Amino acid sequence: MKKPVLVIPCSGIGKSFGSISRDATFRVCDDLRKGKSDTLCLSLLVMGDDEAKERVSTSKCITVDGCPLECSLHNVKRSGGNVVATFKVIDVLKENRGFKPKKVTFLDDDGENLSKILAEKIAAKVDELMEESR
Amino acid sequence: MNIKPKVGVVSCSGECCSLGTLSRVATRLVLEELRPDQTVTICLPLFLAGETEEHGFAKEHPTIAVDGCGKLCAKKAVTKYSKEPVYAVDVEATIKEWKISPPKDRRVLNAKDVKTARRLAEQLAERVDAIQEAA
Repeated sequence: MKKPVLVIPCSGIGKSFGSISRDATFRVCDDLRKGKSDTLCLSLLVMGDDEAKERVSTSKCITVDGCPLECSLHNVKRSGGNVVATFKVIDVLKENRGFKPKKVTFLDDDGENLSKILAEKIAAKVDELMEESR
Repeated sequence: MNIKPKVGVVSCSGECCSLGTLSRVATRLVLEELRPDQTVTICLPLFLAGETEEHGFAKEHPTIAVDGCGKLCAKKAVTKYSKEPVYAVDVEATIKEWKISPPKDRRVLNAKDVKTARRLAEQLAERVDAIQEAA
């Protein structure tokens, strides 16, 4: 059985973009590509957990970042992760300028819609990566 | 006039399980609704990846660490890079004590889960008050 692709969001807590990165990741891992994708705790990885480090170094990783600081991308790379694709919420927002997400704790409609769009993009990338592994 | 320092509330990212979502939502409720003027936060992965400026966060602010599970990433991170949090909550242990089961979904909390998050948030808000009172 093929190893699931790891999708790792930044889960930023200060702005809605972090919530969108997290929400989209869960849509992929728990619904759209359940079984083909999985996630892990970014903080646990950065704290140096051996199991988490082993997982990111032996799996294909997709990072999902809310803001330009790209904490997920930088932290996964720094931990020896095999990053094969990256997504930024801000890019999805640029392609969908009509949406103005504001809520952080519970996403508003615009946040939900952006999350769905982002999740579809991540899911398509998961398919592509699984196909490459054949 | 005695200016009270804002309290830093730092939640784990906790993507692995629904308890991480509960920690995060409880933290946000404190920041947005219960004590918006008395609290600040920082993204834990940013704090961990950061340098002097980010690590100074817990030196400038008395902190509360909110962790979803017994791995206590937030508490350990704040202790390692700044100084020990004034208060730390292990959400998994707390809700077990309250005899409440963890949320089933890690993306969307149902009404019962939101009620639990509010209860946690109220407990955190009380700690914020106590920390400021003692300052």
